[in-house]
Amino acid sequence: MSVAQAAALPIAERARAAVELDNVEKTYGTGKSAVKALKGVSFDIADNEFFTLLGPSGCGKTTLLRALAWFESVTAGTIRLFGEDIVDVPTYKRSINTVFQHYSLFPHMSVAENVAYGLKRLKKSKSEIEATVADMLELVKMTDFAGRLPAQLSGGQQQRVALARALAPHPKVLLLDEPLSALDLKLRQSMRQELKQIQARTGITFIFVTHDQDEALSMSDRVAVMSAGYVQQVGTPNEIYEHPANRFVAGFVGDANFIDAQITSPVGDTVTCRTKGGAVLQADARNLLEGQRDVTLFLRPEKVKLAKVGAATVDGEITDIQYLGNSTMMQIDIGEAEPLVVTEPLGEVDQRLRQVGDRVGVILSPSALQILVE
Amino acid sequence: MANLPSNPALRRTLSLAPALGIIGIFMLIPVGIIAVFSFLEAKSFGGVVWSFSTDAYVQLLYERALDDSLILSPGYLIIIWRSFLLAGIAMLCCLVVGFPVAYFISRQPLQHRNMWILLITIPFWTNQLVRTFAWIIILGRNGIIEAPFHWVGILGSDDTLGLMYSNFAIAVGLTYTFIPLMVLPIYASLEKLDFTLVEAAADLYSSKWEAFSKVIIPLSKPGIIAGCLLVFIPSLGAFIQPDLLGGGKNMMLGTLVQFQFSTARNWPFGAAIAMILLAAVVIFLMIYARAARGQQKMELH
Ligand SMILES: Nc1ncnc2c1ncn2[C@@H]1O[C@H](COP(=O)(O)OP(=O)(O)O)[C@@H](O)[C@H]1O
Ligand SMILES: [Mg+2]
Repeated sequence: MSVAQAAALPIAERARAAVELDNVEKTYGTGKSAVKALKGVSFDIADNEFFTLLGPSGCGKTTLLRALAWFESVTAGTIRLFGEDIVDVPTYKRSINTVFQHYSLFPHMSVAENVAYGLKRLKKSKSEIEATVADMLELVKMTDFAGRLPAQLSGGQQQRVALARALAPHPKVLLLDEPLSALDLKLRQSMRQELKQIQARTGITFIFVTHDQDEALSMSDRVAVMSAGYVQQVGTPNEIYEHPANRFVAGFVGDANFIDAQITSPVGDTVTCRTKGGAVLQADARNLLEGQRDVTLFLRPEKVKLAKVGAATVDGEITDIQYLGNSTMMQIDIGEAEPLVVTEPLGEVDQRLRQVGDRVGVILSPSALQILVE
Repeated sequence: MANLPSNPALRRTLSLAPALGIIGIFMLIPVGIIAVFSFLEAKSFGGVVWSFSTDAYVQLLYERALDDSLILSPGYLIIIWRSFLLAGIAMLCCLVVGFPVAYFISRQPLQHRNMWILLITIPFWTNQLVRTFAWIIILGRNGIIEAPFHWVGILGSDDTLGLMYSNFAIAVGLTYTFIPLMVLPIYASLEKLDFTLVEAAADLYSSKWEAFSKVIIPLSKPGIIAGCLLVFIPSLGAFIQPDLLGGGKNMMLGTLVQFQFSTARNWPFGAAIAMILLAAVVIFLMIYARAARGQQKMELH
């Protein structure tokens, strides 16, 4: 699947696109010190979608969010919100709210006043403001803290207030910039679930930014993987994990093995190829380009099965074993440039039988071996 | 430190002793002397007679007629009123001019800010008297402002705009002198202000003005209050500006005190005015302390 294909929504969904980005570019500064933070970013986000921007630090995620909120103007391209071009619409007129990375709660206002702030600026009636604030505080389970100042709350509680404050005006789109990164692990995991539930309950389109692939895969309807200002792939968590568009996505979204090989047979559903190390493997042919001979094969560590020597696709020697609690991760030398990384769930095999130096058979099934589009 | 007592409270008191001593010698004793003098009788040619009297305070409001009856006299009240008015005007002018300056500096790149602060404070290093005299050249008869009117012929050679020796000139002088004391504390609080809060306000549908009035102003309030006090208090007791720019007629409390101790040689009366000034200052500082307490609660963690 190419990037362009993945970026376009099905026709029926397109009509309901919440956000459409068309060739958006952003350059900071001018001349020699210019930094190109966004390079030709184009994709659509559907209404009511939990959409995630995933990428390493510095890839342009925050810049894209800030362009959506208009804290930063774009250098080129168009941004449409429900069909309306908003490139020239200032922040305070956009029906978009932000949950800031460091919460940015107003320190001189109580929790309730913070949540009411946007509603007051929108000139809602007093009774409506009170009702909405009460609803929002209940939604994020902060009702008991309504009178506190932000400084009297823990990080997790401030996070909830920031969420309530941004949700209260019921924006069309909610932007969340790494909202969980400052929380500890347990809290982060429970907040993932909660955010997902709140998104489903409110029906607001969420655009969520993270550098954590677990977060992206576990929460999102769709994910855009970014690197160095480019969008590398847009797709469902399953698509980007199982069928990464390129080596960067494959490596960023999870652990991956890459094997260089050459095609030796005519193309069918599967192709036969010979690796640099001399092994002959069957691989899934769907990504193979017309006339392509040199390919990179890609394989997730958990897709590898181990067997007895001689009874598998190739044989290899275990060079390293790491105990991970619910699984073990092994490095197996199969005579290629890089040792193969393999994870094996605990319980299936008695792990104590595996030792560094053991020779094992490695089963590489054609469905697990994919050709990468570079 | 070996011979210090082990009782922590006692030790704390002892270690504060030098500071307390200095405050006692240089502040409490002089203030005490002034307070005592204000309740004594005046000697004819300066100094005090050691007998209790509230005459000095009565004198502020009343004049003693020849038959010893008291007649309400507004003369000193007018001076007190003028002092508060001019100090208030100077404070407002400093705020109106100083806030944008402080805001501008706080938005400069970090490496440029210190240079701006330096420029703001440079006049402070020059003699105040000389700087105030400079305003006579600017505002005075045939001064920099008036001269063009004379050239063009709007003003005749004997006419003047009357800028000098007026309340206006005093207000200008006070504003000019004390404006760094407004800029510095406001800058200090604006520099601490997290400007993503302004973005958050815009994100939540605030216009520029609303972001300013609902977020920037409340969060720089401690700086604004400190700046206002730092301008108002010395303006209230200012002596050089009213003396040089106001001429003899536009007296303020500072000039009045100086007059009592030098020319009029009525020490108790001078001391009484000083006590009233001190009372005003203490009241304003209490207001400030109250505002600062509210601020501390906000920053509590
Ligand atoms: N205000 C700015 N001025 C200049 N360069 C910036 C600015 N903000 C971000 N950048 C640069 O743009 C790139 C993308 O940054 P950012 O969007 O913050 O990345 P991310 O949020 O993915 O970590 C980085 O190289 C960063 O250094
Ligand atoms: Mg970022």
